[in-house]
Amino acid sequence: MSEQTAASRGVDQTAIEQPALLPPVDVVEDDSGITLYADLPGVPKDRLNLQADGETLIIDGEMALEMPKDLEATHVEVNLPRYRRVFSLSKELDPGKLSAELKQGVLKLRIQKAERAKPRRIEVAG
Amino acid sequence: MELSLFPRDLFAELDRLQRQVQRAFEFSPSIRGFARGGFPALNVASTPQSVEIYAFAPGLEPKSIDVQLERGVLSIAGERKPALPGEPERATVHVNERFAGRFHRVITLSDDLDPNEVRAAYREGVLHVSIKRLESAQPRRINVN
Repeated sequence: MSEQTAASRGVDQTAIEQPALLPPVDVVEDDSGITLYADLPGVPKDRLNLQADGETLIIDGEMALEMPKDLEATHVEVNLPRYRRVFSLSKELDPGKLSAELKQGVLKLRIQKAERAKPRRIEVAG
Repeated sequence: MELSLFPRDLFAELDRLQRQVQRAFEFSPSIRGFARGGFPALNVASTPQSVEIYAFAPGLEPKSIDVQLERGVLSIAGERKPALPGEPERATVHVNERFAGRFHRVITLSDDLDPNEVRAAYREGVLHVSIKRLESAQPRRINVN
């Protein structure tokens, strides 16, 4: 799994893309697949949009914060209410075998490897 | 033309320039996760009646967050456990950007706050602290006879 820059994205760019924060992620690979953790604080389940086709994984989420009326910002470190990050998936990953859970603002996404891509121990005869 | 082991390459220069421009315009998180300030990132806003603090601290146990308000200074402390496996048992870490470990952030607020009127809630990884201003500090309409 590797990250793509805006210029080399293979996905449909006709939809107008809103400016978004790049969420920090952890990516770990083991024998059976890849686990991705992404920090998406403020994003509820219904505003998280995950898309995976054969080549690309798109994580897109919008914050929904409880805000009182007449709010005026005095100190801002998070300057956009949206996260977006795009990864390209390698061939051995099976986008059909994808599971995701969102808990306290952390997305945990698991993509299984296709059976043929799992490492096998090769016996040496002799 | 001067021969060198590392000749100036116009395309490489252009590539470097493009990367610099991209970096300048992208809202990418810094080495500490967000552009400045560290973990958790804080947004502060005010209304005539209150001060609202939003701490973007995903993946915590709500009970483990230590929030204190003392003389207009708010402190938020806690610990975030690493999600990555401790022992590299046939697992490869490809990207490791998320914050892990102990954190402590202190922010100075105005001095017209009521320490008895504080509410804190943790939802979807965001800690929202709402502090009411003192009655005496709130704007009041004065009747003219």
